[in-house]
Amino acid sequence: MIAIVDYGLGNLASIKNMFKHIGVKNVIVTSDSREIANASKIILPGVGAFDTGMSNLLNLNLIDILNQKALIEKVPFLGICLGMQLMTSGSEEGLLEGLGWFNAKAVKFIPEPGLKVPHMGWNYVNPIGKNDIFLTANKKYRFYFVHSYYVQCEEAEDVLYVANYGQNFHAAICKENIYGMQFHPEKSLHYGMDILMKFSEI
Amino acid sequence: MVKDRRLVKTINFEDPKYVGDPINAVKIFNDKEVDELVVLDINASKVNSTIDFELLKDFASECFMPLAYGGGVKNLSDFKKLFNLGIEKIIINTLIFDNPETLKLAAQKFGSQSVVASIDVVKDRNGDFQIFSHSGRNSDMGFSDFLKYVETLNVGEVLITSVDREGTWSGFDENLIRLVNSQVSIPVIANGGCGSPSHLTSILYHTGVQAAAIGSMAVYQKKDMGVLIRFPKRDSIIIDE
Repeated sequence: MIAIVDYGLGNLASIKNMFKHIGVKNVIVTSDSREIANASKIILPGVGAFDTGMSNLLNLNLIDILNQKALIEKVPFLGICLGMQLMTSGSEEGLLEGLGWFNAKAVKFIPEPGLKVPHMGWNYVNPIGKNDIFLTANKKYRFYFVHSYYVQCEEAEDVLYVANYGQNFHAAICKENIYGMQFHPEKSLHYGMDILMKFSEI
Repeated sequence: MVKDRRLVKTINFEDPKYVGDPINAVKIFNDKEVDELVVLDINASKVNSTIDFELLKDFASECFMPLAYGGGVKNLSDFKKLFNLGIEKIIINTLIFDNPETLKLAAQKFGSQSVVASIDVVKDRNGDFQIFSHSGRNSDMGFSDFLKYVETLNVGEVLITSVDREGTWSGFDENLIRLVNSQVSIPVIANGGCGSPSHLTSILYHTGVQAAAIGSMAVYQKKDMGVLIRFPKRDSIIIDE
């Protein structure tokens, strides 16, 4: 069973709808730690501010079970947008600490002439990581992004995809069973469907 | 454009013609790789009626690209309900006049990237641009002042529609779009009049706007021809990707 964590932020309906569309069954949306405990795979979505995200997780008492599932049981875990940023050690956007699963932090895009913030729209990604399991070879992938902060990984081997917006930034990261994607697969047509399908097959 | 759950198309915002089932259209737009879908309920905004949440839920469940909705959005509860359905952005027009404070609050609460101000423009007898309001509301401000005022309401983007060009296939009003783009610092979406992929190439590459919208080109085979849900190929518009 795939659990999409409902902590009050994020495109929950869209993710669930895309799974349904591609024929993946047994997907639930939940904020219940007992249901999350039973999941064989977990998705942490998110749209919004870093501190709102972390404090919602804290208030719902979900931090322990998420740590358990990701770090101890090592189930496949996918963080999307804010969900990905929460998996780092922290963000320039907020004061609270992140989950700390990646040696990385989220920093702000600096607006400049010709470069509006947030980065909002479709953009291509470059799969530079050796561990990619999602993308079909010889197909150029683009995804829908909407974010003002981007993740900077300290460890080069944690970087899965790179995208460019004024500069190169880490669009997807991966460490063992844990994946993070800055873009929204659930809003990226068949490109995103490839991601969610492969995730369901891990 | 949706009216009474039917997909419709207007010319100069008049005379809506039926062009099909909205849910069917979404499925086709998914296949055609539309970048973003804008749904405007033209009844909800005019007749002071309620938002059709049921229809939008069906829409959102079939739409795998970003979805923006406008029409009759009045309060924070409307915003929240729409975002919960899976809609990315909310488009407001009447609210700018009726309750700018609510608009500002919504942008603060949900993020300005999720709120789009829709401004409809006509040319008056002198050839000057004037704000056109469906609901009859109006602004005493001059055109440029109004644009700058809208930006202070924290919206993330501005959707500019030339009412004179809308539905005419004659091309975007590039002078209008260029003027608006120079007056605001937030992204501008050009709308109204697109008749060919070359119009899109021109508006995107010659005016510096972030985005452009098509209406008639997505629902008719050609000007004055029958209904066909379609979308131009990316490489007929974008140069060098």
